[in-house]
Amino acid sequence: MPRRDDIRKVLIIGSGPIVIGQACEFDYSGTQACKALREMGYEIVLVNSNPATIMTDPVMADATYIEPLNLRALTAIIEKERPDALLPNLGGQTGLNLSSELAKSGVLRRFGVQVIGVNLDAIERGEDRIAFKDTMNRLGIPMPASAPATSVEEAERIADRLGYPVVIRPAYTLGGTGGGLVFNVEELRVVAARGIAASMIGQILVEESVLGWEELELEVVRDAKNRMITVCFIENVDAMGVHTGDSFCTAPMLTISAEIQERLQRYAYAIVENIGVIGGTNVQFAHDPKTGRIVVIEINPRTSRSSALASKATGFPIALVSAKLAAGMTLDEIPYWRDGTLDRYTPSGDYVVVKFARWAFEKFKDAQDRLGTQMRAVGEVMSIGRTYKEAFQKAIRSLENGRHGLGFAKNFHELPLEELLSRLNEATSERQFLLYEALRKGASIEDLARRTHIKPWFHQQMKELVELEERLRAFRGRVPPADLLGQAKKDGFADKYLSQLLGVPEERLRQERLDLGIAAGWSPIPVSGVERAAYYYSTYHDRAAPAPSRRRKIMILGGGPNRIGQGIEFDYCCVHASLALREAGFETLMVNCNPETVSTDYDTSDNLYFEPLTVEDALRIYRHERPEGVIVQFGGQTPLNIAGELAAQGVNVLGTTPDMIDLAEDRDRFRKMMERLGIPMPESDMASSEAEARAAAARIGYPVMLRPSFVLGGRGMRVAYDEEDLREYIAAARGVTPDRPILIDRFLEDALECEADALADGEEVFVPAIMEHIEQAGIHSGDSACVIPPVGISPEHQATIVDYTRRIAKALRVVGLMNMQYAICGGKVYCLEANPRASRTVPLVSKVCAIPMARLATRLMTGARLSELGLKERRLPHYGVKEAVLPFSMFPEVDPVLGPEMRSTGEVLGMADSFGLAYFKAEEAAPPALPLEGTVLITVAERDRAGLAPIARAFHELGFRIRATEGTRRYLVERGIPAEPIRKLQEGRPHLVDAIMNREIALIINTPIGKRGQQDDSYIRKSAIKYKVPYITTLAAANAAARGIAAVRKGRGGVKSLQEYHRALER
Amino acid sequence: MKALIALEDGTVFEARSFTGDGETEGELVFNTSMTGYQEILTDPSYNGQIVTLTYPLIGNYGVNDEDVESWKPHARGLVIGECSRIASNHRAAASLPDYLRAAGILGVDRVDCRAITLHIRSRGAMRCIVSTRDLDPDRLVRRAQESPGLVGRDLASEVSAPSAYTFPGSENGKYVVAALDSGIKTNQLRLLSRRGCRVEVFPNRTRAEEILERKPDGFFLSNGPGDPEGVPHVVEQIRKIVRTGLPTFGICFGHQLLGLAFGGRTYKLKFGHRGANQPVIELATGRVAITSQNHGFAVDLDRLPAELETTHLNGNDRTSEGMRHRELPVFSVQYHPEAAPGPHDAESLFDRFIAMMAAR
Repeated sequence: MPRRDDIRKVLIIGSGPIVIGQACEFDYSGTQACKALREMGYEIVLVNSNPATIMTDPVMADATYIEPLNLRALTAIIEKERPDALLPNLGGQTGLNLSSELAKSGVLRRFGVQVIGVNLDAIERGEDRIAFKDTMNRLGIPMPASAPATSVEEAERIADRLGYPVVIRPAYTLGGTGGGLVFNVEELRVVAARGIAASMIGQILVEESVLGWEELELEVVRDAKNRMITVCFIENVDAMGVHTGDSFCTAPMLTISAEIQERLQRYAYAIVENIGVIGGTNVQFAHDPKTGRIVVIEINPRTSRSSALASKATGFPIALVSAKLAAGMTLDEIPYWRDGTLDRYTPSGDYVVVKFARWAFEKFKDAQDRLGTQMRAVGEVMSIGRTYKEAFQKAIRSLENGRHGLGFAKNFHELPLEELLSRLNEATSERQFLLYEALRKGASIEDLARRTHIKPWFHQQMKELVELEERLRAFRGRVPPADLLGQAKKDGFADKYLSQLLGVPEERLRQERLDLGIAAGWSPIPVSGVERAAYYYSTYHDRAAPAPSRRRKIMILGGGPNRIGQGIEFDYCCVHASLALREAGFETLMVNCNPETVSTDYDTSDNLYFEPLTVEDALRIYRHERPEGVIVQFGGQTPLNIAGELAAQGVNVLGTTPDMIDLAEDRDRFRKMMERLGIPMPESDMASSEAEARAAAARIGYPVMLRPSFVLGGRGMRVAYDEEDLREYIAAARGVTPDRPILIDRFLEDALECEADALADGEEVFVPAIMEHIEQAGIHSGDSACVIPPVGISPEHQATIVDYTRRIAKALRVVGLMNMQYAICGGKVYCLEANPRASRTVPLVSKVCAIPMARLATRLMTGARLSELGLKERRLPHYGVKEAVLPFSMFPEVDPVLGPEMRSTGEVLGMADSFGLAYFKAEEAAPPALPLEGTVLITVAERDRAGLAPIARAFHELGFRIRATEGTRRYLVERGIPAEPIRKLQEGRPHLVDAIMNREIALIINTPIGKRGQQDDSYIRKSAIKYKVPYITTLAAANAAARGIAAVRKGRGGVKSLQEYHRALER
Repeated sequence: MKALIALEDGTVFEARSFTGDGETEGELVFNTSMTGYQEILTDPSYNGQIVTLTYPLIGNYGVNDEDVESWKPHARGLVIGECSRIASNHRAAASLPDYLRAAGILGVDRVDCRAITLHIRSRGAMRCIVSTRDLDPDRLVRRAQESPGLVGRDLASEVSAPSAYTFPGSENGKYVVAALDSGIKTNQLRLLSRRGCRVEVFPNRTRAEEILERKPDGFFLSNGPGDPEGVPHVVEQIRKIVRTGLPTFGICFGHQLLGLAFGGRTYKLKFGHRGANQPVIELATGRVAITSQNHGFAVDLDRLPAELETTHLNGNDRTSEGMRHRELPVFSVQYHPEAAPGPHDAESLFDRFIAMMAAR
């Protein structure tokens, strides 16, 4: 069947901000779908609230809407654009849920929009746990025993019947939010209540536990002729009980017999045929290795994290193929490198793929490092090797956590075997590293398999690695003989790790290894579904390599795994660099190991090397391909960390020099430069002992900001209000030593923080935007909402900021991008830091200001002059507000308060013609949305009350009822603002938590009392999250909220596409 | 233990034996399936062949008594990338090395199977010796060149049942099917049995009269190893049976035997069809099915007797994949519709065979 001619315009809904459980894999799948459908001649209307995505670039679609993903916005867009079709299964759970809502509310029918790719009833059958169970019963496919519940009491009765442990699964949630495994009735009560609150429809499923069973996944693709193929068989190494997003996985399945795989496929085909999806579906099974029983756990009739992984693992772009199939093509019309067309596809290849999750427990002080049915990972890496050992060790060094091998992590090698074993009883993010040391200390494979439910084969493989490592260690101080070293490299040992094991400098080891003739080749993974494409992975099992071309070429180092502080925006920059370079006639080489990204899509660059971002791996490619230069400033901290070493090895780093990047990050050097330029900075000092720190803080004056040097995302940052705070910080900061000093800065209280981005060619500098933070200084810039253009910075200060930015960029001889952070305090502009590299503001500025920052910077880095780019200063006729999206709902034990340490996982953008409206839209896009009426609960710390009156008055005038805790209430009433009392938790009942639970509160304004009050008031914010009540923790944001609500009350105006906003700028 | 793999064209690979000391000769072929090593080893069609598997990690889930295609492994040797030291499966009765050792089959690993596969894919399957005993490459190559090879050889009789038997569990079947065993895969028997057939299995040397005496409702010709032209005495008996008008269904080697029985010819393919993703076109509908195959010989389409009609062709090299008799209720396919391991889309042919018997 050829493409459908009855449709012309297709609506695609993105997945919104990055959150745990829904990350940039949907940018990857959505971008692929846009490309595929446009190539087929369809017009695309795209909606997504996440500005950091490639898909929301104005060039990806015909009309791009950066709007909140809700029924109201979508209805307005559909009414305006009148698409013929909606493709619902590419925007993750968010896109799918919203599509369902659009259908149920009759919007699709009213505007004659057909749904393609998947039948919406089918979504119901796939996603509604109860409907799904009925379908499986009809098909005769076994499922775990279970029953639905809508109350805790009902859940208790079901659990009694099934026997503990049981699994609680809320209906329609992401990443298992609110669910969990419970072992007793007390745990059940807690989790069931949380689950019912988290579910969109207030329903949970209480399910028989299949803890410890094998967790197996299939990615099936079906076309309109009912032809089905299995793209990939994925084995979760971690057994059932650990969320698949946290599980360590392999593809293909390594310990599952052919017979079981066939049964899984038979079941999967029966399900997919019944659900009737056109395109990709993920089916998850549990298999009890003891009894052979197989049950289906769930299906995802859409692209997913697993489908992105399967795509990258097999070279089968599932989203691209799904989009083509949805548009009417069939598998027998799509090319397949191996056997003509895709209907003949079977998984093939002679390599092993490993996926490993990246967690961020270190960012959440009170979070327990424990893996369960709720996903905790913030990112992942994928590695490819000829053998499991090679792939596994590559995955470990891809993680960007400072470890290059499995051994000697933390103090694990010093722990006695008993302790290691007892710590293995529960799954944690450190499990593989603990296993390694346990094996070294003689743990038996049977014991480990029993404790972890990880199959013996994987322990055996690890044991063989430990054995080899012990043999290697016998050669400490010298380079081992060729056969042993060769085996180590075949088994994936990194040069850096070997150098640590052997006590031989890495460079010497590498050179001697190469002299011994031990070198890797790169094997291709051919791409299915398109003509002649492949990407590469390195292996020491095969010396074959692609012949480098003689074209002019440039290598781009990607960002590695997503983590907090380093997200999709860096991938955005890398992708744009590649596109810009290809337009300019260069060949591009991309190096990255993150399977969720667009940068690791097969056609983003001319040659993709799916490799870890280490000196060893990057250098090897560089020496093989001989590019003109390497771009390191777009991939975030990951490539910057190795830039210096690469440069020392003779690599030509393009753009701003590593030395200047280092200067900007080195507080001492930077401060000297700023002194020379006469640009003020907050007083600061460095200390490597407690005594030094105390003295420095006393000199600077409290409050002070404390931080370790050289970190991204403000890791380990904290404000100390007095000496006790300071002592506590130093006691907690185990890593602080004379080699790793801490920095002490004056903390500018009540300062206004802002940022400026710049493009520079080494001499000329252009400042496209100043971003004003809505939260005051002290909140990490990544977590603070911000607005472009500024609304509260005087023209004089703006001019000062532009002037400082220009001078600093010139002084740093910036070629490419720079981001500056400033604080305005007491009428004076202070420079806080300079980042002469891509930052998370790049996509934001690009979209709001219609300036493709990354592309322009790439041109500058390859020799263009700023004057050639035709940039001019323009006044923005609209506003863009960025809001951060925080993962607190995934960490219920953590106090959800903002601070100097970044904790957001993603961001949204609200665009409108007024600041208030843009702010309101941004909040709407990062639910819960602001209310338009109702009761606002106000309880603010004493030191914040000074600014409260006008804000409270605004809410009062907007018709909100105000309830306040005693101190706040008295303050308000004294100033003539009516406020009713509400009790704190410890003041008797009913208290404010009762009111929150009873949904009497529409908005909470609560500034934390600070450290001393923490036990006292964090329950307010935790309850807000649990019951999805919008809450605001700073007065600045409360003020913006009042303006936003007022603006919306006056009318929202219509929706406008990004292209329309940009055209208005051209005029 | 060090082992050498010597090919008739002079190529030698070094490997390590994981089953101890030994030597074996046969035709070196490859299989690209990612799973199912036990099914491959026990497939009688591999009699006389040494199999190399392209997937690098083999033996991870051990071997058991259920995933077998016949009562013992038939491949003459196994060449793989890395053999697992342990069997990670509750169902496993043995590890792969133990299983092979017990069956007296030489297994070697730590060799670049990708290189071997690329080599035989470009040069064709070839005679080969794998040895831990003779480590002189030149002598080993010479001996490979002198080994008999497959052409003209009767390997089927070696794997055929020693005496007739009824497939256990099928005793109460409605239709009596006489299955001529040239190296039958258990799954074929299972599928017939599951469809209500009482399956009487006969050794391939059984005389036609003896089979017809049992008054079968249908005649089934199994797969098998070696050269179909190496068993003229079997072809002769088949000719007598099919001429009686008995519904007949042939698979793989059985397909080739039927071609010969009606007066056609067979020949050795330079590149045999092996693996789970061979495209087959059904000529009547143009539909493509992805099939599992394992054969090195083919029915010669240029010399196909007029009374036979080609029904299926291979999508890659346009060789014979299926045929039927223009008048008699006889049909056959070259691929494995029962397919273990591999996809399951061609099972309906068994239903067609049942329908033929029902219509009679």
